[in-house]
Parts: sequence; C-alpha cells; structure tokens
Amino acid sequence: MEGERVVGKPVHRKEGLAKVLGAARYIDDLSMPEMIYGATVRSAIPRGRVLAIEFGPGIPWNEFTIVTAKDIPGKNYIALINNDWPCLADGFVNHPQEPLLLLAHPDRHLLPQAVAAVRVRYEELPSVHSIQESESRRTIVWGEDNVLKSYLLEKGDVDAAFAHPDIVVVEGEYTTGAQEHLYIENNGAIAIYSEQDGLTVWGSLQCPFYAHKSLLAVTGLPEDRIRVIQVETGGAFGGKEDYPSMIAAHAALLAMKSGRPVKIIYDRMEDMAATTKRHPSRVRHRTAVTKDGKLLAADIEVCLDGGAYSTLSSTVLSRATIHSGGAYFWPNIRVRSKAYATNTPPHGAFRGFGAPQALFATERHIDRVARAVGLTPEEFRRRNLLRTSETTSTGQVIRQQIDLPGWMEKALNHAGYYEKKARFDHENSGCLRKKGIGFAVFLHGSGFTGSGERYLNSLVGVDATPDGRFRVLVSSTEFGQGTNTILCQIAAEALGAEYDIVEMAPPDTSVVPNSGPTVASRTAMVVGRLVHSAALGLKQMLIASGFLDERSTTEELQAAAKAYIAKHGALRSMSRYEAPPDIYWDDQKYHGEAYAAFAWAVYVSEVTVDLTTYSVTVDDFVALQEVGRVLNPVLATGQIEGGIAQAIGYALYEKVDWDRGLMKNNQMTNYIIPTSQDLPQIRVYFEEVPFEYGAYGAKGIGELPMDGPAPAILNAIAHATGEDFHAIPLLPEDVAERFAVSAPAAQEMATV
Amino acid sequence: MSEREFSLRVNGVEQTVNTPPMARLLDVLRHELGLTGTKEGCGEGECGSCSVLMNGELVNSCLVPIAQAAGTSIVTIEGVGAHAKLHPVQQAFLECGGAQCGICTPGMILATVHLLERCPHPSREQIEEGLNGNLCRCTGYMRIFAAVEKAASAAEAEVGAGVSG
Repeated sequence: MEGERVVGKPVHRKEGLAKVLGAARYIDDLSMPEMIYGATVRSAIPRGRVLAIEFGPGIPWNEFTIVTAKDIPGKNYIALINNDWPCLADGFVNHPQEPLLLLAHPDRHLLPQAVAAVRVRYEELPSVHSIQESESRRTIVWGEDNVLKSYLLEKGDVDAAFAHPDIVVVEGEYTTGAQEHLYIENNGAIAIYSEQDGLTVWGSLQCPFYAHKSLLAVTGLPEDRIRVIQVETGGAFGGKEDYPSMIAAHAALLAMKSGRPVKIIYDRMEDMAATTKRHPSRVRHRTAVTKDGKLLAADIEVCLDGGAYSTLSSTVLSRATIHSGGAYFWPNIRVRSKAYATNTPPHGAFRGFGAPQALFATERHIDRVARAVGLTPEEFRRRNLLRTSETTSTGQVIRQQIDLPGWMEKALNHAGYYEKKARFDHENSGCLRKKGIGFAVFLHGSGFTGSGERYLNSLVGVDATPDGRFRVLVSSTEFGQGTNTILCQIAAEALGAEYDIVEMAPPDTSVVPNSGPTVASRTAMVVGRLVHSAALGLKQMLIASGFLDERSTTEELQAAAKAYIAKHGALRSMSRYEAPPDIYWDDQKYHGEAYAAFAWAVYVSEVTVDLTTYSVTVDDFVALQEVGRVLNPVLATGQIEGGIAQAIGYALYEKVDWDRGLMKNNQMTNYIIPTSQDLPQIRVYFEEVPFEYGAYGAKGIGELPMDGPAPAILNAIAHATGEDFHAIPLLPEDVAERFAVSAPAAQEMATV
Repeated sequence: MSEREFSLRVNGVEQTVNTPPMARLLDVLRHELGLTGTKEGCGEGECGSCSVLMNGELVNSCLVPIAQAAGTSIVTIEGVGAHAKLHPVQQAFLECGGAQCGICTPGMILATVHLLERCPHPSREQIEEGLNGNLCRCTGYMRIFAAVEKAASAAEAEVGAGVSG
C-alpha cells in the first residue's frame, strides 16, 4: 500500500467539475435536428388477450408514427437470459403497463393526449399477484408450473442433523417488499437511423452492450451497424441494467419507421409504474442448533416474486440462494429456492441482487436462534461466524485472512453497544419512547456468480492519444458510483502517470471493447484488475520498444507515447479476463467457488420506537466493512453511506402499494424515500485486507451496504420493544397493528 | 394555449420568450433558453432537482408558471459559478464528494447557496432542514452535509461569494 501515489487517495471525481457546474449532459439535455418524440401505449389489465386497438377521435393520427409488434423487423424480445420478454406485446398481455404500441410526433405536448386516445379492448383472463397465489398453481401464467427458476443447494446431511436428539429447532418466516430504485433521473433514450449510417442509440443506462444485444435481435441489423452510447446517467442502482434495453429498442423502432431522430423520456409516473423493482421475497428458515449454541444445520426455502417474465430472475435467485446462509459456518445446509411468475411488471436488478432479501431473513433469524439457546446475539455469532479455511454453504473454502468476531467487536465498540444495551434495558421500562440497539454481520460476493466471469470474458484496453494523454477503454459505465474515477486512478498508478492525464474513452460500443456489464460489484475488482494489467502492458510496450526507461516521470511517459504514436500510428494495450487459479464451480450441484472474493461487514443500528406515534427513527449507525483495498476513500465512503440510506428506506419507508400488479403510489409524493432529515449520522469504518486478484487489492463495494441495515434495524427494534418483526417495509401502521393486539406491550403501556 | 411575450432576468441577462402563460419555468429555462443544468426529477415539486432562485427565493421551477416568473430575477446553476472560478459551494461539493450521479447536484447547490445566504454558519440541524426539499438517492446526504459545512467555512474566508441575480 505504501508508495502508491494515486490509488487510495481522495482525488476528485473525474466528471465532478461538469456535475457541479450543471454542465454534465444527461439524455434529456440532448437534442438532434429534426428530432421527434416517442411515447408508449401500455396495457391497462394484468393479463388477457388484446382483441382490438382503436385510435380514438380528436387526434391527427396521420401525423403520427405508429409502431406495433408487426413492425418489428427482427425478433420480438429483449435479450436477457431466456429471451421471453417481448419488446411489444403481440396480442396477449401478462402484466399492467406492458408496452403495446409506440407513438411518435414532433410536438411532445400532443403525446399524452394521443396515448390516452388509443383504446384497447381486452378479453381479461385470471391473473396471479403473489408468491402464494403463484405457488398454489390454481392459475398458470408462465410455463407449466409458474416457476421461472429453481435451485437446490446441499451441503452435508441436513436430515440426519435434524434427527439428532439433543438439538433446539428454531423456525421463522421473513418477507420483504418490492423496492423502487428511484434514481432521480428518469429513463430515456434517443435513436437515429439511416441506411447509410445504421442505428445509433444514446441512453441513460448501465450496460451499453446489453442494449446492443437487444437492438441486434429486435432490428435484425448487422452487429457493426448498431452503436450504443451511454450518456451521463443520473443514478441507476441496477434499475438501468435491464429496462433501458427496452427503451432503446422502442426508440430504435420509431426512428427506423419515421426516418427521424426519436427521443423517448419517461416521466416519473411512467418510470415508477412500468419499470422494474426489487423482487419481493418470502424466506423460511428452519435451524438446528446445539444447546450450547453451535449451528448444526439449516433448511432454508427462498421464494422470489419474479413478475411476468423471467428477465434476470434466475441470477437474482442464484445470489439469494448462495447468500442465504449468511456469514456463518454451517456443517449442514440445504437451500431450496424458486422464483415465481406473477402478473406484475418484471422485477429486476437492484443493488444487492437477491442478497438483501436473503440476508434480511438470515440476520433476523440468527438473533432469534441466539435467544432460543439463551445467548446474546454477539456471543452466539462469536461461536458461529465463518473463519479462515472454513467452508461456505457452497463448500467454498475461505482462503482470505478474515476476523469476523474481531471486526464485530470493533464495530460494537465504535457504536458503544455494550453500554447502550445495558442503559436502554434500564431506561426503557415505563417509557413510551423505547430505545434499542441491534446489529447484523454479513457478506457480499464480488463479481458474477460461479462461472459468470468466465462466460463474460471481459476485454479492457488502455491507449494513448497523439497529444500524449491516456485513455481507459471499457464499457463499464459511470452512474454516480465512481467508475470513471477509480479506473483512471488505477491506470494512472500502473502507468506511473499523473491522474490528470488519464481519462475515460467515451462509453460507445463502437469505440470501447466489451468489459462486461456494470453490475454485481465487479467494476473495481474485475474490470479494475484488467485496467491495471492493460496499463502495465502499455508501459511495457514503450519500454520494450526503447521509447521509455523503467523509471520515468509523467513528462517522459507522455513524450514516449507521442514518439511511439508518431512512429507506429497508434499505442494501445488490451487485457482479457483470466480466472484466479483453483476456481471450481459446479453449476448443477451449486457447489464450489461461488465468488472470487467476498466483502464482509458489521452494521450496528440504534433506534427509537415511539409507542405514541409508532414511528421508528434510526438514531445512530455504525458501518464497519472489509472491502479489500479502498481505492478512493471519499468515493468509497459515499458509496457506503448512500447504500445505507437506501437500505434504511427499504426497511422503514419505501412501500410499493400494489393493485393487481399495478403500482398505485407511483409518485414521489406517496412513495417515500429518506430525506436529509430522516437519517442518522452514518459512521463508516474500513478494514483493509488486500485481495490478491483485485486491482491493487480491491474487492466489490457497491452492493454490500444494501444488505445489512434492514436486519440491523429490526434487530434493534426487537431489543427496544421485545417484539420480533419479520417483514419489511416496517411502517408505523405495522408497528401500531402489532401493539394494538400484542397484550404484553399493551399492558405495559397501560401502566405507564 | 396561445402564446404571450414574457420578460425575465436570468443569471443577470434580460430574456424575452414567447410562450403559453402556463408554461413551466423549468421548460422555459431548458427548452427556450437552453439552460439544461436545471433538471426535472418528478415534475410535482417533491424532489427539488429543478430548484432555482427566483428573486432570491428557492423555488421548484416545475411548479412556477412563466406568467408568475415574468419580471423576476432568476439564478440557475449556470449563474452560480464558472469553470475558471467555481463558487465556494461548488468547490466544496467537488472536494467533499457531494456529487455522485450529479442529477440532484444543481438543485442541491442552489439550495445550499440559498441556505448559506440566510444562515452563514448553519448547525447540522439547520443544514438538514435547509436541504429537506432536495432529494438525493446516491449519497445518503453525509457528503453533502460535509460540503455545506466546508463551503460555510470557505465563504467566511472569502467575503462576497454570493451570486448575483
């Protein structure tokens, strides 16, 4: 770590100046000559046949470009895993807000009236709106059994462990709701098409090559005639991983039919109602524990509500399955998991990707298991947390030097846990404002699961410009998390150059190689590592060709690059993914090295539960994590704080109000996220154990903070009130309902 | 709706636009005047991304019809600072990590300028209250609070950092 000049330093965000000046250009800030505007007509029912589409009076329909499924030149799907997600519904709809028809017109003010004037007649069919309804199979809405995907993970002999005579068995069911990403910038795209230049799409998106793949399918154009460019993106959180491919395809279809540039920008209500959310979940735990507090076996069932099409549900379920054992050593564990279809807009990627759901259940349940054997949450965890050389639930050996009990102790001490716990126990009695403190210990796998990184086979480049600057060539995108900054830091460090002379090449599929999607906490660890080796390769090219000495200044490096380009025309170095050695994964048995590395964390939350208003406030929050090397302390801290804020919203504020698959509260006025006045001081601490195969020792960081806050907060509420809550979001009305029927608490209140 | 002529002063420059009287100030700024630094997040006055100063008051420009803004003096993010000379609030946001995705940043910076003009040395509580009309989904607000505190102490050192309408 010593001697590094750029990595580990709080250099300014690469595009920060443009952002603070208001000069950064987002999709709605762009305009093209002759551009017209597109809008989407969507289904009003959850499931049924489309009988007729009529264009009502009062609209100059001859001025509109109209696109239906019949106009799709290629295949009618958005390319993900199963390709079952239609680009435009063709005679049958499977969820409210499913795209049916596209309209475009030069006057954007005419579009809302035109959309409203399209009348669709349906034959409505029975629909399914919960995991329970879907698993009952009374109505089949997907495949033969409503099951989008299932997994079975087994380690040891679970049934034998449960047959042991001297054990305590603890059961529990935990549920989580949908969550809206609520990036502050709505979705949007602009498409231009001409026979001469092919198709170009600009969009607010995370994964340019995902959009490219869908455009390839939908338009039927050859690969080199399609170009996707990410523009400045105002927040994503996973929400711009999958759905932007849909919008890109819609804009492209309208542009191809109209022959003019087409811009589609969703307004907030459309964005919230139509696009993806976090998968709702139901997780059941059955745990065998010895009377002296050693975990013996887990039998876990994980169910996700996937929505109407399979989209990314199989991979979200995979991460939920693997994370459901938490950060514990289980001699025996079985996880049965299923993603069920419902007639809801498809649930999709959202920061954490199945892990927050799984870990909410695990970390709530472990507190209850501890209580069942008469141990404190901390003592029980001390006896069961994973240690180096033990195996995870997939049999992955923990090779990294970890110290979860030690890190837990540090976090508890930062939070003043022991003192506060005793004090609150003493002060709470007879008080209507009850204080509590609770925590969670957890992990998050960095990068794609199992063989995923091998399949991605990412490619990265670093090149030099004729004026002696250096560029990072990746399809990895910036949407606030700091991709631009950390990748430039890594390249600068490896080149031995100043940070200021390294920049990002435009995220344009015609310019950059496919370094994979910007998801799964993989950018710092996986892509960063490739940037590192590409930069080293470039420097080596200069040294080997005699233009540069081993030890050189930034000026000498720049001069050498210019001289090389003058002689050879171009200077570029590429690096392709290679898996760390000894990585083995069995996709059938779900056994082996699920992730190249895990990040680890201990989060401690202090709460007040007001038994007059039933509101819960988080008063203090300590977040201690081990994410490998911290590449930029300001950005890393910001990632953790932002993730925790989003997770506090997930736990206590953010409720999607469903009406037969339709989000009813699709406005910022009634879907509530934390404001500047709703959050505690968030105190962030890093432990740094450099990971050998990450860039300068970095592991994943972005998703981790989403996993721990909800269980830590509900554990603190249990401490404060003596009541176990098993479901999030936990709103004041849920707290009120419990205390209205819960005799002990009600009696205690009556005596106050 | 028929168009009418409206005049207003934007970032110190007199502007005249022909537009329906109920056109949103937000759209006039973005589409008529090309000032795209002002962002639309929700279109209903909840998120504060479209915050501008109107006669020195912080307003959501998505809720202000141009007829109401006629004759006023507006400051947008483009009028706060320039590349060559950042406003201390912009400098502090840059240094403290107050901007992540950047979409709430223009509004957040204007809310901060507005707060510091009224309350040059805000407490943490006053900062939380002063920014409560501006939603950020990336930062969890902690880096933004740090930026406001830094800007407050920087402004102390540099008198006259306020923006002019």
